[in-house]
Amino acid sequence: MELETCTFAYCQRPEMIEVETDILLIGGGMANTGAAYEAVRWATPKGLKVTMVDKAATDRSGAVAMGLSAINTYMGDNDPADYVKMVRGDLMGIIREDLVYDVGRHVDDSVHLFEEWGLPVWKRAEDGHTLDGAQPAKKLSEGGKPVRSGKWQIMINGESYKVIVAEAAKKALEVNRAATGQAINLYERVFIVKLLLDSNEPNRVAAAVGFSVRENKAYMFKAKCMLLACGGAVNVFRPRSVGEGQGRAWYPVWNAGTTYALAAQVGAELVLMENRFVPARFKDGYGPVGAWFLFFKAKATNSLGEDYCVTHFESTKALYGKYCSDPHKLGTAIRNHMMMNDMKAGKGPILMNTHWAMAELGKTMDAKQIKHLEAEAWEDFLDMCIGQAGVWAGNNIEPDKTPSEIMPTEPYLLGSHAGCAGLWVSGPDDLGAPKEWSWGYSRMTTVKGLFTAGDGVGASGHKFSSGAHAEGRIAAKAMVAFCLDNASYKPAVAKSTEELIGELYLPFEIYEKYKNYSTDTNTNPYYIRPKMLQARLQKIMDEYVAGVSTYYMTSKTLLEAGLKHLMLLKEDALRMGAADLHELMRCWENYHRIWTGESHARHILFREDTRYPGYYYRGDFNLVDDVNWRCFTISKYNLQTSQWEMSKRDYVQLIPD
Amino acid sequence: MPSFVMTEKCDGCKGQERTACMYICPNDLMKLDRDRMKAYNVETEQCWECYNCVKICPQQAIEVRGYADFVPLGGNVIPMRGSDSIMWTVKFRSGALKRFKFPIRTTAEGSVDPYKGKPEADFANLKKPGFFNMTTVKTFK
Repeated sequence: MELETCTFAYCQRPEMIEVETDILLIGGGMANTGAAYEAVRWATPKGLKVTMVDKAATDRSGAVAMGLSAINTYMGDNDPADYVKMVRGDLMGIIREDLVYDVGRHVDDSVHLFEEWGLPVWKRAEDGHTLDGAQPAKKLSEGGKPVRSGKWQIMINGESYKVIVAEAAKKALEVNRAATGQAINLYERVFIVKLLLDSNEPNRVAAAVGFSVRENKAYMFKAKCMLLACGGAVNVFRPRSVGEGQGRAWYPVWNAGTTYALAAQVGAELVLMENRFVPARFKDGYGPVGAWFLFFKAKATNSLGEDYCVTHFESTKALYGKYCSDPHKLGTAIRNHMMMNDMKAGKGPILMNTHWAMAELGKTMDAKQIKHLEAEAWEDFLDMCIGQAGVWAGNNIEPDKTPSEIMPTEPYLLGSHAGCAGLWVSGPDDLGAPKEWSWGYSRMTTVKGLFTAGDGVGASGHKFSSGAHAEGRIAAKAMVAFCLDNASYKPAVAKSTEELIGELYLPFEIYEKYKNYSTDTNTNPYYIRPKMLQARLQKIMDEYVAGVSTYYMTSKTLLEAGLKHLMLLKEDALRMGAADLHELMRCWENYHRIWTGESHARHILFREDTRYPGYYYRGDFNLVDDVNWRCFTISKYNLQTSQWEMSKRDYVQLIPD
Repeated sequence: MPSFVMTEKCDGCKGQERTACMYICPNDLMKLDRDRMKAYNVETEQCWECYNCVKICPQQAIEVRGYADFVPLGGNVIPMRGSDSIMWTVKFRSGALKRFKFPIRTTAEGSVDPYKGKPEADFANLKKPGFFNMTTVKTFK
């Protein structure tokens, strides 16, 4: 089809606002709120400007927007080296141990700040019972004992977790704004959709462009360096619920793969993009199971009461060897695999036996303590997944009386929860990692000046909210060093303002140009609106790239066929149509999802083993092949040839077993 | 469970430039119909049910109705968020009720003083691990 361009012959031209800053924070979630806090303290005395851009309102943006019932990474008395061992085991033996250890040794300071700022943290009383976070007790930093739901997790009253963390970040940004004379340095409801490389220096990032989702304004932020931390990718795959319920994604539905797509498009290296997370969660509502397993000691079984982790242990061990050798240390993927064996055998529904767990705990408790326990169980949902409480209410499920179904979800791509997709970054230089893993600035990608954190950093999972905040701080400090070392750098952009706003608003122009051709603006041969674009992407990913409809199974032949469909979809994305600013946002989000999905498919195709059984299977290589594939997989989009280049990079173990 | 706005209760935040629900929705779903001066959720299948619109609405005009593809009618979950705690009322399809109250923060809203009592950054440590307020870190080397 003929290539469309936007000359504003049909749609309204936006005003272009240019902002010059030193440190640009793209995204307002945990990583960048951490970055704001740390960056401002170093940047302000040096006169460096710090600026944040958020697609939503920072008080309630990112993965913690709803709240959380636990902080999943807090060391306390634990050794960060043991944390590395746990993460390595859960992620099937391939992680950047330098990055994971680095998160572990920094994370507690962020947790202590959260508590100082007002986050209620549960404490263990001297008599062994739990105190909620509002009751008087020593703070963690004063030796207060947290309530551990697992070795690494602590319980909180986290409804306002993000509001509290955002308050500190916004106050910090205000300190910098006032000192450096910026008119505004927190831009809410501005969606960054594209990065621009410097026109004078190859492989250096110079600017970020986007638009307001509320008014007719485009933005270009020029910066010495930027922290791209916009979360993971949700709704790349067809979800199990395809009606209204597709909004009830397990990870935040607004995470559109922007981090991965924007970095890939400027030639940054991606690592382990074949990794995905398929959490087993309460069916449909996707409520958290961690507290039920770890804190309430509930057991999951098939509907015949059999523990699938026992009945399928030997057969799984035969298939996946050392990754299924200790029944007490089964990785999340392996447990999923065993569950799915029972689902395929018709032994479902799989049940979380909440009623047995509550009865067991009730044996040693009085009536008041049982009531407290019940409230704790409900709070787990109400703090972070309110919809699950609604599912229970609508189905008359009381957890002390009735078990609940659990099920593996559609796949998600992320790097901060129990997954490790993301960008290849520079790590700390003091931990004995290979020299090539550290190129001067921690968490800088392979594009000069482009940093990432949280879901953006690959091969380094299990950071969760606190680790993402701490990692944002690590990156921010390195960015200040980068700015001071590059004090004379002036970003230069080749494209004209006219070209840039034309690219941003192309879906408007196409829609306005053709909308009257048919009597229904939804059905028109000249454009594709974002809803159908998303449906098409999800169908391709589901059917060819190991979604739920094939029980997460794929192969070389399926992936190659799927990639052909994806390439046509990518071409058609040049004909996206948007009727308003809200749809323009959805168009660009889905464009980012397409790039993320493509990189995922290419990585799965490249890696010829089934590294993550229970998350996906290569039917043609159904083994964990440590001889040939215990390595990092790297992809890089070559900007000259427009081809993806795939390669292996050695895994190096830094911490002994 | 997408949010919905009750016609009788919504006052369109009295015609301000944007309503409270528009301000807070992380997924940009809430819109104000200026003809009726009523807000509504424009894309219910993209609603995460985070309840931020429900919690922030000054008229308590917003509730959530279970995702039609899997939640039977009749139940609901309603929060009342205060400055230091939140009250939840869970109504089951059967009519049974449960109420819970949880703390949400231990400091006054707006009282965070981010650098109070914190050291200045020491630039000698800029290229070492640690934070401006935490100058030593562990190592396994």
